[in-house]
Amino acid sequence: MSHYNTLIFEKSTPGQIGYSLPKLDVPEVDLSNLGELRQDLDLPEVSENEIMRHYLNLSLLNHSVDTGFYPLGSCTMKYNPKINEDIAKMPSLAYLHPKQPLETIQGSLELMYGLQEQLKIIAGMDAFTLQPAAGAQGELTGLMIIKAFHEKNGDVHKNEIIVPDSAHGTNPATVAMVGYNLIEIKSQADGGVDLEALKAAVNENTAGLMLTNPSTLGLFEQQIEEIARIIHDVGGQLYYDGANMNAIMGKARPGDMGFDVMHYNVHKTFSTPHGGGGPGGGPVGVKAHLAEFLPVPVVDKSDDGYFFNYDRPHSIGKVKAYYGNYGILVRAYTYIKSLGGPGLELASDMAVLNANYMMKRLKKTYALPFDQVCKHEFVLSGIKDHPEISTLDIAKRMLDFGVHPPTIYFPLIVHGAIMVEPTETESKATLDQFADIMEQIAREGIEDPETLKQAPHTTKVGRVDEVYAAKALILKYGDMTDDQIRRD
Amino acid sequence: MTSHRYIPNGEQVTQEMLEELGISSIDELFADIPKNLRFQGNLPIEDALSETDMLRHATELGKKNQNLDDNICFLGGGVYDHFRPLIIDHIIGRSEFYTSYTPYQPEIAQGTLQMIFEYQSLICQLTGMDTSNASMYDVSNAAAEAVLLAINNTRKAKRVLISEAINPEYFEVIKTYLHFRGIEVITLPVVDGKTDLSRANDLISPETACLVMQNPNYYGTLEDVKQLGSMTEGKTFSVLITDPISLGVLEKPGNYGIDIVVGDGQSLGNGMNLGGPYLGYMAVSRKHIRRIPGRVAGLTRDSRNNRAFVLTLQAREQHIRRYKATSNICSNQSLNSLVASIYLNVMGPQGLQEVCRQAYAKATYLRNGLLETGLFNETRGNTYFKEFTLQYRGDAKELLDALKQENILGGIELDNNEILIAVTEKRTKEELDKYLEVVRRFQ
Repeated sequence: MSHYNTLIFEKSTPGQIGYSLPKLDVPEVDLSNLGELRQDLDLPEVSENEIMRHYLNLSLLNHSVDTGFYPLGSCTMKYNPKINEDIAKMPSLAYLHPKQPLETIQGSLELMYGLQEQLKIIAGMDAFTLQPAAGAQGELTGLMIIKAFHEKNGDVHKNEIIVPDSAHGTNPATVAMVGYNLIEIKSQADGGVDLEALKAAVNENTAGLMLTNPSTLGLFEQQIEEIARIIHDVGGQLYYDGANMNAIMGKARPGDMGFDVMHYNVHKTFSTPHGGGGPGGGPVGVKAHLAEFLPVPVVDKSDDGYFFNYDRPHSIGKVKAYYGNYGILVRAYTYIKSLGGPGLELASDMAVLNANYMMKRLKKTYALPFDQVCKHEFVLSGIKDHPEISTLDIAKRMLDFGVHPPTIYFPLIVHGAIMVEPTETESKATLDQFADIMEQIAREGIEDPETLKQAPHTTKVGRVDEVYAAKALILKYGDMTDDQIRRD
Repeated sequence: MTSHRYIPNGEQVTQEMLEELGISSIDELFADIPKNLRFQGNLPIEDALSETDMLRHATELGKKNQNLDDNICFLGGGVYDHFRPLIIDHIIGRSEFYTSYTPYQPEIAQGTLQMIFEYQSLICQLTGMDTSNASMYDVSNAAAEAVLLAINNTRKAKRVLISEAINPEYFEVIKTYLHFRGIEVITLPVVDGKTDLSRANDLISPETACLVMQNPNYYGTLEDVKQLGSMTEGKTFSVLITDPISLGVLEKPGNYGIDIVVGDGQSLGNGMNLGGPYLGYMAVSRKHIRRIPGRVAGLTRDSRNNRAFVLTLQAREQHIRRYKATSNICSNQSLNSLVASIYLNVMGPQGLQEVCRQAYAKATYLRNGLLETGLFNETRGNTYFKEFTLQYRGDAKELLDALKQENILGGIELDNNEILIAVTEKRTKEELDKYLEVVRRFQ
């Protein structure tokens, strides 16, 4: 039997309605005054209860943090507290138009100002913008700030950004978006920056370096001060990719390490939900010398109260309409308040403890290329002594046990990478169960490889054919052929 | 602090784990951080608020706001007070939707994947375009990415043409993106509220990447989309910013040969949230399918030969193509695209047309009423849909303040005492009459 996969278009029945609107209480006006009108509007016609059932059935096909373990490395799939959701939906904090008079949104401005202050403390930065909508947009904003800084100094020849080959794909993609040239440097075997390669790469054209610390291998970059010195010596700026901040809250701060500009992912570090892919939030922080370049407006305070400060002549301008994904920022603020300083430190403590505990157990059966203390995540390289067993098959087999597989094949510098990030919101019992599952899969992979190759077996959906999708390119209902459409 | 309700491992379990690791304290796990970089002391952020205290704090903050339950909203400018069907929050409140991430493992993410496929289908039905992506951050970013798409696919790209009548928030964002690419922005002037496309013909050259226009434009005036399509065809990319609600009645941009259509899905059931999170949609004609930024879901089958969905065309994206990717976008606005899908399904063809019919009739009622007072000038032409701009003959600030005294947010104040006024289907005759009554006091 097939899983539920009826399309809403296949449920459409002429004449069914799902809406309810009041009667028009002013005189009707002829719509043809608007000019050319459309002849057809081919939307589904479905009643409210059918719509509810459709989406509920779809939802049941998803794995989620609230369903079970989700150790997706680099994504920090921690628990999404319910109070965050409730507060973000309070009409007094949500039912607000972005162009309302300032005196009618003082509470929200106070919240945003407070969040900026908290973010400064946690990162050791001097100023923040809340505008970027996601981590990747934070990176974009950060590189724009770096470019504006060099432009103001007359250093227009600075047109190269150095990125280690272990970096997130968003780093090099962002370099291209701001019109910089990419200088990719090889990492050391342990994922750390190769200082010789870095020294060879820097020159008077170096605009900056993008780095995450802990690295994408989950290891703390111990040479960070030396790296910062090398970059600063040629007048470059150091960008901190905050994807891995969950490891170091209250332990070390990017601002103290020598970074000049950074972003957070509030949907990672500060527990805002991932929403099936978004929305997120990517606040960007800078050291004082870059503060004048932050996007407008920043939330500021005067004797008359809080206000949006647009009076910033060296600002890069706007990177997003209005003030960022405010509804998400409310959740991040609530999270930080709900943990407090000591709670944030505890979160990092337990995230790192959980990762090290799991790493110690799994390195007995899986290859661990870098056997040293990790931070919030660690990277395995397939099953020990069995490189022939594919990481993809291992991941697909995990689906049979009701857990989400770790991130696979990233970072690119590790063969068959399996990147595990348990987060602090998981219990030892969950970690033990997951380790049991991985050990069983390793045994199966060696003794009965077909079990892995054919996996998943017990999921509602069998292994999905990516190649077919790429060849057929059926990207909407209207692209489907008659024999692909089902009419019950 | 040793325990918190979000962190399950308590002191005893922590001890067991430490013993397993052969260490005596968690601090040893941070010994790899050079000593001089270790943060000394505690983060100076106040201790955890309990659930009760946090709720109280949020309520106190909320009291310092005045929300739109207590004020009648005629503010628009891209963000509109349309009705949000209640079913929306019941669906997006499902943990399986909001606590999952990007569907990297399609076998356990069909809910999200099919939702994206349906969303793409709905956006294409609405716009009449061939292909939609899975979402962008908001319309300003969708527009900026559309312009970058045009630039990246125009060999000699040096400049772009942008109507002066697009929303200034979007214009500012595009301008920021282009500054760092060294691309020149040339604005097309506005005559009688509409973009003067007659000038554009002379300005289009092989170095022109695209022409960007908005319909209805920022002032609410309806533009000539047909001309945008015909005059750019074969010469440069056309980028149209649209109000999705207006597409309930207006001709589909796809029928005018537009290359890229973008817009904001806020109107499609997403809350206002003081500016975000919203939803940028982007739909393109078939020939640009491999140039589109962001995620795309496609139809496929599983190993049991059942219909299924999966992310596809991933070779365009940052995690595969890196420096050569079509964009750096990773996280998008997935949950907001779910909202838009639910909204379009709930409204259906009849409901969406009814929203248009009511918004247009109510906007007309208020606009005519304002003009009848003799206190306003028509400065932006006389075609409009749900939003219009009129010039007040007195001090616009004074008028808006008087309206605010009566709990009416009367519109967005522009330069020269012009006021941009939005009227959705939610406004009642009583509310419109109240607006007019306050205005008549100034006669």
